[in-house]
Amino acid sequence: MPQIQIPSPLRQYSGKQSSVNVPGTTVGEALAGLVSQHPEMKRHLYNDEGKLRAFVNVYVNDEDMRYLQKEATTLKDGDTISIVPSIAGGY
Amino acid sequence: MLKLSQSDYQALRQHGEETYPHECCGVLLGRFADDGSKAVSRIARCGNTREDSPHNRYHIDPKELIRIQREGRERGEDIVGFYHSHPDHPAQWSSTDLAEAHWFGCSYVITSVENGVAGITNSFELVGSEVEGDKKFVDESCEVT
Repeated sequence: MPQIQIPSPLRQYSGKQSSVNVPGTTVGEALAGLVSQHPEMKRHLYNDEGKLRAFVNVYVNDEDMRYLQKEATTLKDGDTISIVPSIAGGY
Repeated sequence: MLKLSQSDYQALRQHGEETYPHECCGVLLGRFADDGSKAVSRIARCGNTREDSPHNRYHIDPKELIRIQREGRERGEDIVGFYHSHPDHPAQWSSTDLAEAHWFGCSYVITSVENGVAGITNSFELVGSEVEGDKKFVDESCEVT
């Protein structure tokens, strides 16, 4: 069962859990499982069109899912999904 | 309140001097306390990937962040904030800083570096919510011990 790492800003929507195990054979299924278990998280991850918000990076182990097969990326036993809000700025 | 050691405080300021006239950036690792304060146990330097405009922009590679986060978890640490420098610019958050900030509850530490010398260091906590449209930075006291 894949494990999803929850960053601290989103833990208020995951019952304060830093990681969540969810069923799923693809990244899309795993993320759907996450928001099914924790519905409050959905609108913080997805926009009104149902797409992941632009600042939300999703990695499978050390790979950006955008450079894999995106939500269709197949998961293996022991894979870890990391949700990583972007870090940037300047003046 | 953000609590950090004198050595970490000096290290993040020194980082800004080393990368001058470019912005430096890094991660603050530690623990969130029940009283809402954050205690930094160490800092992790990061590279600034904004090679197109490094003097006034910074960006941390998410891959680097994942590595730092993983190492932190193994040590029982959380990401509690971030730091960056403003070369020849005040240590105040900018509209770009706010627009690009998404780690609610975390500290964003900014150091002004004037002519290569670290000046004022300020900390701001990101509060509110992207979804509710009330995202903002609030001034945060910084306890250096």
